[in-house]
Amino acid sequence: MSRSGFMQRMVALTRKEVRQMLRDRSNLAVGLLLPIALILLFGYGLSLDVEHSPVAVVMDDTSPAAREVFAAFQGTPYIDPTWAPDMQQAQRRMLAGELDAIVRIPSDFSQHVANGDAKVQLLLNGVDSTTATSVEGYVGGALATQALKMADRAGGKAGGGGVVVQQRMWFNEAGISTWYLVPGLLVLIMTLTGAFLTSLLIAREWERGTLESLFVTPVRPLELVLSKLIPYVVIGLIDMTLCLIAARWLFEVPIRGSLTVIVLASFLYLVVSLSMGLFISGVTRNQFQASQMALLTSFMPAMMLSGFVFDLRNVPAVIRGIGEVLPATHFMNLIKTLFLAGDNAAIVLRECGILALYATVLIVAARRTLRKTLDR
Amino acid sequence: MSDSGATVVASALRKVFAGPGGKPLAAVDGISLTARTGELTALVGPDGAGKTTLLRMVAGILAPDEGELHVLGIDASKEPQRIQDRISYMPQRFGLYEDLSVQENLDLYADLHGVSQAERRERFGRLLAMTDLARFVDRPAGKLSGGMKQKLGLACTLVRSPDLLVLDEPSVGVDPLSRRDLWKILQQLVDEEHLSVIVSTAYMDEAERCAQVFVMHQGKVLADGTPDALRQRAKGLTCVVAPPEDTPARDLQARLIDATDAIIDAVPSGGSVRYIRQPDADSEQLARLLGGLQPKDRPEELEDAFMMLLRQHHAEEETKTPAPDVLSDKKTAARHDEKPVIVVRDLVRKFGDFTAVASTSFDVRRGEIFGLLGPNGAGKTTTFRMLCGLLPASGGHLEVAGVDLRTARAKARARIGYVSQKFALYGNLSVRENLQFFGGAYGLRGRALHARVDAVQTQFQLQPDAISGDMPGGYKQRLAMAASLLHEPDILFLDEPTSGIDPLARRSFWRTITALVQGGVTAVVTTHFMEEAEYCDRIAIQDAGRVLALGTPREVREQAGTGHDADMNSAFIAIVEQARAKGHEAGAEKAA
Repeated sequence: MSRSGFMQRMVALTRKEVRQMLRDRSNLAVGLLLPIALILLFGYGLSLDVEHSPVAVVMDDTSPAAREVFAAFQGTPYIDPTWAPDMQQAQRRMLAGELDAIVRIPSDFSQHVANGDAKVQLLLNGVDSTTATSVEGYVGGALATQALKMADRAGGKAGGGGVVVQQRMWFNEAGISTWYLVPGLLVLIMTLTGAFLTSLLIAREWERGTLESLFVTPVRPLELVLSKLIPYVVIGLIDMTLCLIAARWLFEVPIRGSLTVIVLASFLYLVVSLSMGLFISGVTRNQFQASQMALLTSFMPAMMLSGFVFDLRNVPAVIRGIGEVLPATHFMNLIKTLFLAGDNAAIVLRECGILALYATVLIVAARRTLRKTLDR
Repeated sequence: MSDSGATVVASALRKVFAGPGGKPLAAVDGISLTARTGELTALVGPDGAGKTTLLRMVAGILAPDEGELHVLGIDASKEPQRIQDRISYMPQRFGLYEDLSVQENLDLYADLHGVSQAERRERFGRLLAMTDLARFVDRPAGKLSGGMKQKLGLACTLVRSPDLLVLDEPSVGVDPLSRRDLWKILQQLVDEEHLSVIVSTAYMDEAERCAQVFVMHQGKVLADGTPDALRQRAKGLTCVVAPPEDTPARDLQARLIDATDAIIDAVPSGGSVRYIRQPDADSEQLARLLGGLQPKDRPEELEDAFMMLLRQHHAEEETKTPAPDVLSDKKTAARHDEKPVIVVRDLVRKFGDFTAVASTSFDVRRGEIFGLLGPNGAGKTTTFRMLCGLLPASGGHLEVAGVDLRTARAKARARIGYVSQKFALYGNLSVRENLQFFGGAYGLRGRALHARVDAVQTQFQLQPDAISGDMPGGYKQRLAMAASLLHEPDILFLDEPTSGIDPLARRSFWRTITALVQGGVTAVVTTHFMEEAEYCDRIAIQDAGRVLALGTPREVREQAGTGHDADMNSAFIAIVEQARAKGHEAGAEKAA
């Protein structure tokens, strides 16, 4: 077939796909409204930050030094300290779920402060371990600052040989969770719109019998695949733009890497995700199965196993292996680096290479499912 | 390829699929055939004969397992794309994009086939005129009627003149008028462009128009030749006999078709019974069967030859028609009780501002077979659903088994049995499990349920342990009927019961209905096989929501003015056309 034949067929098929896409309201809703809903939901609804955490302070020592510690807790926005008359009362409140932690200042606190080896007891509510860890950090931080002040005042006279840790978190100085959740959201949205929307495309044509008619024309399988990708690439790019706008102006996440690289990488991942959907669609030949499969094999793992929320290095090796196989994991790593850390040529090249490989393999696989035969 | 006069040459072609229960099933089992250039070639045969599989191999979308297949001189298993560049193929369910308009569908296929703009203008004009779709170019294909969709499908396959046109049952499920139009278009193209066409069909009158006919059954070619040559097989065996004044033709037909050693086939037609006798039939036995009635010879038809071939092939696995006594004794009511069991007065059903059924009135009497006939979209199914209490009426009076359906639907339902168009039983349950479930649903318990399940199983000759979904179409049909008769209803509703089952199964289905009605049951049937109207006592022909004709088949033929012995098909076409012409006049007057 001549090249002009290819172009003519591509134009005809693409026009058909665009028309079908625009006339199917539910499709457009999934493609455009769902991402907006997700951005708002995840951006505002999902935050791992702890603020105004209720902490009871049991003061067995009422010396000025001990009261200064209490005052130090009041000075941070992350902790809401309340005074507890005795340990029993504090424990009751902890059991009732009213407290995240109990700080107990022992009766010999001021003596030990003088000696430079003061201790306080910290009891954490481990029901929510993420919160507990954060609170531990805040309490520790407040105490360290206070200890530093006291040491200053003592002017080293108390022999204060303690080593003081001064921590700083790079790339996300305040440890704001939206900073790493929102770039991850871009991955989720690309995965959802990509795989979910296209997963219906080939299956629908099998179900309605339109493929049988299309097969017996000069159409080539690759033309069918490409014509189905093109309109949804456009939808995907619109979603990407929405995500970037939301990230920059709604959640004020810094974009430290180059925008061009971010756009190119997203485009690459979009193609991976769309071809994944097409492949699933072509294998199942059934819309219901295809949409289930798309959710199970792309969206769910992208949410759980790509490092969106949970760090992959902390999970068992098998799960980690599965995570590493997912294209979403590679894009997740890439996009978080690009947003927060900036351009890193080695990571960009490696992950983009992997994504390009996935794109090629999946397009070839999707094309194979459209081999012009009704044989399975 | 040396034989340039042939479009399709197949030799010892075989295609095997995984059948029910994982057993391999040869859909095409060693077929050899040659289709000639510039001619219409027909594949006829019942469902499951292998027609579709064969045509899909010709179109290069199924690979043969064994044998050779050359299409236009190209090896179909090696270079299917080269074939697909040159042929046009219309699958049984043509893949129209329902959300695209008529014009957009045509454009798509024209682009895919690389038809130039200049060529297109001329071609589209002609196709739209032939299919009478010019008025609807902007309408989405999904909003066309079944017949119009089929015509659009044909138009899409004909956006260019292919070297071979492959059509898989283009007229299945299409009403007689659209069917006639389709064939007019085909004939015109064959005459004017010397198109080579290979077409599969279940209709003998369509095969009759073809130059060469291959009769297929269970993956094999039983016979082939010109329609004339095939017809000769039934020469001298075909007769017609009129029943006595007071008996319906179907009772005589039932008697004849039961006598398989003397009679090959019998159908009621035009108030008489047409039959084919066995070549070696004993003349005394025949005379006894006819009970003094005088048969007349009639010219043999392709249908006769076809039925003979099927019967011969089927002889060894012949299953006797389910016995008449399907209901227990209490239901043996007097026949033709004059009191109507269904009363319909000014029935109206609207969907939004669309009137699906407009002021329809008729009665159905006890022990009658009442047929509802009409083209797609005529309102048959809507009327039917209202009668069964599945759909509330927008207006009018509806009484079934003496119960007003608008006030006591549940009460009426206990008196009726319903067999839906699709197989509505559980495919992965066995026959017995299905029957027990449905019996339970109708309120049968314990011993009564057991007895009824056993009774219908024996009467319909069903294997209790067979998995329902794996049974052939005819058996599924029987099971569906058995399930609907468990609670011994007075009235049986059957929606398109014979679509998709083979002619032999259809004969046996009607034999069962005849028996049931003799036992006092009333049957209401919709069908798109016009000849099946002959089994009915009375029929109603519907079009565009209105009843155009109502009466016995004879009365309807009289109203059509097509003569007493005309077939129901032409009577139907005449009546619908007369009504539409009148409608046009009325419309024109209104406009003026």
